[in-house]
Amino acid sequence: MTIQFTVEHEWLDHSDPAQATIGITQHASSALGDIVYVELPEVGAKLEKGAVAGTIESVKAASDLYTPVSGEVVEVNEALRADPALANADPEGAGWFFRIRIEDSSELDSLLDKAAYEKLLEAQ
Amino acid sequence: MDLTCQGLSTMSSSQSAALLNTPLLSLHARLGARLVPFAGYQMPVSYPAGILAEHHACRTGAALFDVSHMGQVLLAGSDAAAALETLVSADIAGLALNQQRYSFFTTPRGGILDDIMVTRRDEGLVLVVNAANKEADLAHLNAAIGQRCEIRPLADQALLALQGPAAASVMQSLAPELLRLSFMSGAAASIAGIPCYATRSGYTGEDGFEISVPADRAEELAQRLLDAPGVAPAGLGARDTLRLEAGLCLHGNDIGLETTPIEAGLGWAIPKVRRPGGERAGGYPGSDVVASQLANPPPRKRVGLVAEGRMPVRAGTALMVDGAQVGVITSGTLSPTLGHPIALAYVQREAAAVGGHVDAIVRSSSVPMRVVAPPFVAHRYVRNP
Repeated sequence: MTIQFTVEHEWLDHSDPAQATIGITQHASSALGDIVYVELPEVGAKLEKGAVAGTIESVKAASDLYTPVSGEVVEVNEALRADPALANADPEGAGWFFRIRIEDSSELDSLLDKAAYEKLLEAQ
Repeated sequence: MDLTCQGLSTMSSSQSAALLNTPLLSLHARLGARLVPFAGYQMPVSYPAGILAEHHACRTGAALFDVSHMGQVLLAGSDAAAALETLVSADIAGLALNQQRYSFFTTPRGGILDDIMVTRRDEGLVLVVNAANKEADLAHLNAAIGQRCEIRPLADQALLALQGPAAASVMQSLAPELLRLSFMSGAAASIAGIPCYATRSGYTGEDGFEISVPADRAEELAQRLLDAPGVAPAGLGARDTLRLEAGLCLHGNDIGLETTPIEAGLGWAIPKVRRPGGERAGGYPGSDVVASQLANPPPRKRVGLVAEGRMPVRAGTALMVDGAQVGVITSGTLSPTLGHPIALAYVQREAAAVGGHVDAIVRSSSVPMRVVAPPFVAHRYVRNP
């Protein structure tokens, strides 16, 4: 299991065990509607799990993006910065937000697998 | 992120059960609308095309909005106009048959209880009021002038708004006589065989029609309009970005109990005849405050603001000059038409000159914004001779 989810509607891919790629789920993308602006963390920033890592501005509202794990930001998606609509067109692929070096892999234990996340969506 | 606090999450069934619906609920559902709670109603915020596409449809073709949540109220009787003039600052007595005016209910302190449209029809004065203020407006009307005229909510009427440069060509095939209307006038008309009353008005800055239609035929009319080429359904999300580009105030955001018509730049809606020295000067709640502000401009005023870049600057954002706060934004978005941020704000008069600059504090950054005179996107109203 290398893709996990959070109750805040983010996904995290750690197929590379040293770092995680983070984005928002298809559900979040649809719920937000047209995304017109994103604020990404700075490369090199050290973030604690649960900290605000960026901002997503849809036409209607601004939403915080949290980091599901602690670590140092190693890369941000410049293509997304230039074209925020990527987070609508392909939220779980080309619309990723940032990559973080995983500091403590035990933090992954509390994240949801796909089945658990889908169950969460059904319950809402 | 937290989707629940944005009014963007879908509603639970217990939530939706407590809400009212317009007669178009099943049409909205069929069209795949995203429904959100708004002013006690379950309303479409957008359809599958999304807010941006709906916004552009209205600027380039035509968009159909369900605004049946708004209140429609008939004031009937020979004393109705004089009675209404005790509550609003408009020239109601001078309103010709089928003419429409924008006005507002004022408070004794000069605040704005609600902003309204008034049309004189054969049967009396018909008011269109904001959904969120409907009950308060009715209570206000009944308490203040209930003895002088009949006050009847037109609860069995729905309200549709067809807006955009293609609205006229749509109407050409369904009710061509309505093309003779000028902006802010109305007429009873049969549209696709359905008895309606339409005004040439709206909340987008575009040409268009607002159509009062019997609730039981609203869906039929909406479907006929949607069947016309180039007409897209649009929700409250696009309605908000469109009205903001047009520089039009939203009650509860840009105007309210704490803002006067003069601070809000709505003095144009107070005609000479109701101003000091006029034939029917004053006589409405707070007219002393308005008169004093007409003579001595109040310390703050509503302005338009624009910024470079693409980061939306939203309501509630503080505005600074040289480190001191000079105002606050009351509505703001990334303009879909212009591609840059636009906002309405109240600022101190010294900072309100067109061409001046203020700094908007967004999260940790400071965004320079330039003061402009709204509208941000030019109005395209049709004024026939």
